[in-house]
Amino acid sequence: MSEVIATNETIMVVGGGISGLTAAIEAAECGKQVLLLEKSSTVGGRVGQLYKYFPKLCHPTCGLEIQYRRLKGNKNVRLLTMAEVTNVEGESGNYTVSVKVAPRYVNENCTACGACAEVVEAEFDDEHNYGMMKRKGAYLANNMAFPQRYVLDPAIIGTDDATRAAEACKYGAVDLEMAEQELTLNVGSVIFATGWKPYDAAKIQPYGYDRYENVITNVEFERMLDPFGPTGGQIKRPSDGETPKNIAFIQCAGSRDKNHLKHCSRICCMATLKQTTYVKDTLGDDCKSTVYYIDIRAIDRIDDFHQKVKEDENVTFVKSKVANIVNGGNGNVILNGVDTEGYNRYANEHDLVVLATGMESSLPEGIFPEGTVINEHNFIDADESNGAIFGAGCSSDALDVNRAVQNSTAAALRAIQTVSLVSGSEG
Amino acid sequence: MADFKIGAYICKGCGIEDRLDVNQLTQTATRDGKAAIGKDHEFLCNAEGVKMIQDDIDNEGVNRVVIAACSRRAKTDAFSFDGVTISRANLREGVIWIRPDEDEHQETTQEMADDYVRMACAEAKSSTPPAASGEQEVNRRIMVVGGGIAGMTSAIEAAKTGYEVELVEKSGALGGVAAELYKRTPKRNGLAGPADNDTADLIAAVEGSDKITVHLNASLTKTDGAPGRFSAEIATESGSSTTVSVGAIVQATGFKPYDMSQLPEFAPDNADVVDQLTFEKMVKANDGAIKKADGSDAKNVVFVQCAGQRSDKEGHLPYCSGHCCTTSIKQAQYVKAAGGDATVIFDDLRTPGATGEDFYRSGQEAGVAFSKGAVSGVAAGGNGLEVSYNDKILNEDTAINADIVVLATGMVPNSGPNPYLITELGEAREKDNKELMAQIEAEIAIQPESILNLGYRQGTDLPILRDGFNDSHFICFPYETRRTGIYASGPLRRPMDIVQTVEDATGATMKAIQACENAGLGRAAHPRSGDLSFPSFRREGCTQCKRCTVECPFGAINEDEEGYPQYNEARCRRCGTCMGACPVRVISFENYSIETVGQQIKNVDIPDEFDEKPRILMLACENDAYPALDMAGMTKQTYSPWVRIVPVRCLGSVSTIWITDALNSGFDGIILAGCQKGENYQCHFVRGSEMAHMRMSKIDDTLSQLNLEKERVSTLEVAITDIQRLPEEINKMEKTIEEIGMSPFKF
Repeated sequence: MSEVIATNETIMVVGGGISGLTAAIEAAECGKQVLLLEKSSTVGGRVGQLYKYFPKLCHPTCGLEIQYRRLKGNKNVRLLTMAEVTNVEGESGNYTVSVKVAPRYVNENCTACGACAEVVEAEFDDEHNYGMMKRKGAYLANNMAFPQRYVLDPAIIGTDDATRAAEACKYGAVDLEMAEQELTLNVGSVIFATGWKPYDAAKIQPYGYDRYENVITNVEFERMLDPFGPTGGQIKRPSDGETPKNIAFIQCAGSRDKNHLKHCSRICCMATLKQTTYVKDTLGDDCKSTVYYIDIRAIDRIDDFHQKVKEDENVTFVKSKVANIVNGGNGNVILNGVDTEGYNRYANEHDLVVLATGMESSLPEGIFPEGTVINEHNFIDADESNGAIFGAGCSSDALDVNRAVQNSTAAALRAIQTVSLVSGSEG
Repeated sequence: MADFKIGAYICKGCGIEDRLDVNQLTQTATRDGKAAIGKDHEFLCNAEGVKMIQDDIDNEGVNRVVIAACSRRAKTDAFSFDGVTISRANLREGVIWIRPDEDEHQETTQEMADDYVRMACAEAKSSTPPAASGEQEVNRRIMVVGGGIAGMTSAIEAAKTGYEVELVEKSGALGGVAAELYKRTPKRNGLAGPADNDTADLIAAVEGSDKITVHLNASLTKTDGAPGRFSAEIATESGSSTTVSVGAIVQATGFKPYDMSQLPEFAPDNADVVDQLTFEKMVKANDGAIKKADGSDAKNVVFVQCAGQRSDKEGHLPYCSGHCCTTSIKQAQYVKAAGGDATVIFDDLRTPGATGEDFYRSGQEAGVAFSKGAVSGVAAGGNGLEVSYNDKILNEDTAINADIVVLATGMVPNSGPNPYLITELGEAREKDNKELMAQIEAEIAIQPESILNLGYRQGTDLPILRDGFNDSHFICFPYETRRTGIYASGPLRRPMDIVQTVEDATGATMKAIQACENAGLGRAAHPRSGDLSFPSFRREGCTQCKRCTVECPFGAINEDEEGYPQYNEARCRRCGTCMGACPVRVISFENYSIETVGQQIKNVDIPDEFDEKPRILMLACENDAYPALDMAGMTKQTYSPWVRIVPVRCLGSVSTIWITDALNSGFDGIILAGCQKGENYQCHFVRGSEMAHMRMSKIDDTLSQLNLEKERVSTLEVAITDIQRLPEEINKMEKTIEEIGMSPFKF
């Protein structure tokens, strides 16, 4: 790896999802030096795992393509993948950041020709598809992976697979001697855009995610629509591969719940509304969707999307927090609860259940300087005592993509203000 | 044409050497492509390969680099050379990865590769390295229009970044709606409830900043120029006026509450029925006491959510205003704090996120009653007011008494007039469509006054996305403006609450600052960030037809007194829609022109009719269709060897001459692949795909003149995810040609 150069005029952005990409690129296009860190082998983050965005139903990879092109064309951004922040010390304009860079075992000579993947035999759960399918031990994270460079799974190091991969590479790109690196970097400001992870659905015991094959999460459902995903773009029941006829969507699964995430995760209502359009578009009148909800939070001008879905006669809305899910036989399940509109008890049978699981902050714990204000939901609260540490996107609150980008653009300006002050160029 | 020297570099790696005759490719480059230097390399993208190219640039005078290797999207870090043009022949994703590795296909695969090398050389020959025009220098001063919370935040944030600010406020004071609030929703998480209104601090900071010039009782009477060199005339009510030069503009003109007199069912004439902003002012005036119009204490306040909004009734607002649930929860807490009862009647309670949900909980803990229901009417009754509603939990019609009813009526953006109406009227007049003219004139009559008074060919103000909001159409680019260097922020852009408004204003300021910096360097703004090429035109050929000035999606082009186009580099987004619009083909970019693409088309080798090797031309949008085709290669889809793909900046840049020339030179089929058009358009140049479809609908005449079947030309709307569909479409065209036969125009 070539030397990483950073100074206290550098803005460090931690996390290469849509928020981190935005913050990094926007700052760089103002002429600032940016170091963008990403924990995994590729940038793109959660949005790269989405089939479509609400409410436009356009494809997230389209926006990523634009962002990657901006990134390729801008020499102010230095991207470091496989990198995690382990500690931050210092003050505004002068932070010392410890970074751990995991070995990729593939260097910049990689042409992404794929020869290594052809010879490696071991397979692992594919993170891009939430473990719903396998990937090779030498792999590109997905078709849009950027940098377009392969990575070896550390589990194959020391096995014949690793040797085969190294031998298959004609370009000297596989480097089995690569080791973990510790870097200490001096930067002026740090933007955290570490995003979110789906709340662990197995913790919501009454819903039986760990007991019933046909109870899945909304992020898993999303992967089914990808033609290169686990079901080849088809909506199928995991238990038997059959096409469902009667899908339940359960809102606030783990959100707005004092036993789980107290906060509202904001995106899940719109995500479910969007997913009912997938059902409609692929299965038509042959499949019904039922949405169990507390409030439909289709906030502001995108409420029209909600109105449109409400007009679809194959979609039913039930105002209810589902109490529990029990086995109904044949892979079906029965949802028990009370429809609070009219206060009627129900026991509804469904052949597939999609849990609209909440958004849990991925903000790393225990690495921030003392005094950094992190709230009980593990988001960074905007506060002067944070110095030049800023939350962006879902490091600051549960946000949808549009608001995450808005927030990240703002974070970029705040970071610029700090480093401009350092360089004395603020006028 | 400038002196050019082509160096063509053929990579042998990634299986190219195994599948293709590289010597022949090199010969093709030097013989057909007129490359002065033709070299191959085992591994072109490694340090040694890159050095070989750089040496030729430095020592041999190569200024047009042709790289025949992988896709233009791959290895961009390696193949990045300053001061030269770079053309990429896509032999990997575009040839060997999409063709079967079998002997019987070797000949046609090689033909594809040879053509791509010829095409890249042809492109190189007709390109020059772009350089900025130098039309403007860096101007580190921005204009902020509107002195409410959004505008003041913009001003302060810009000042903190070292920028100067001209802040124009229509009224006599700063503060806007925010200054009228008794308390505000908190910025932070937690259950603390309403927070002190800190707007006065912000006003003081703005007034105290030596970087901010505040113009009160002022408006913009004329705004000309472009990012980096806007010239704005600020007039005050007293009659004085001053002209300032700014680099970018943030419009933060806010909102007004929906006119509740339009809601007769809610007794708007009753003095104790008020909207949220009025209630806020009442509580502020009474310093926290809740008083009825007659001055007596109000014990019982009912909040009616979604009053006249989220409704398809005529005159109502179709959208949700986003802030009203939070606002009512805040105001209900005023009532609780004063010892009264507060009930919020709602359909969906919308307090998203962590901050939102915490604030909802603070309301619950304060003892605010929340009732899911639909209010049907408000009337005087009992000792005060009676609110009739359907209680959705008990599923019954019921009523509740109230001393005061607060209607959550929603926000109406203070946007300027729809800028396109004048153009539309002109077009209707040209067509002599009297009915349409009357319709547009009626619409013009009810438009609000202009705010920016832009001296743009395409109208005075920012385009409106819908319902009066000046929003971007893109999920991932909320600041993707259609007027470069001018950004809408706050509730003008989209309904939003005070917390989000501060974020939005900061984000918009960021973009404004970026626009100033980019303009100073001659760099394009998003999405072709950093592009230095910009359009110019050949005056002697121009017929002053105005197609380019009308069709530019960004209103970048003005007309001079004689009707010739005036390009404004810093307003231009480099999509090429003007080039596609120009019927006499006088518009070009240095590295993207009628020639750069036309010559690629002309340099495809067209086999004799009897060879039975058709040729299909595909013009593919570089942002969506082209990446999808790359990924088709990566995932080893196969498609017809007859196709030759040319990436275009946008389908809107496609000139019909390319189509006509291709047909005349013997291409058998043509596919245009662009983005989705229409209401949910996905074209990042707004109407590029739509313009292309419109222009192509006229290509039928050309086809029939040439006696060709209209199936030979197809225009597709595709997405970046159409990785399987695009190969299918190409194969479909191959089949169509099999059915209808080869083009007779082969020479």
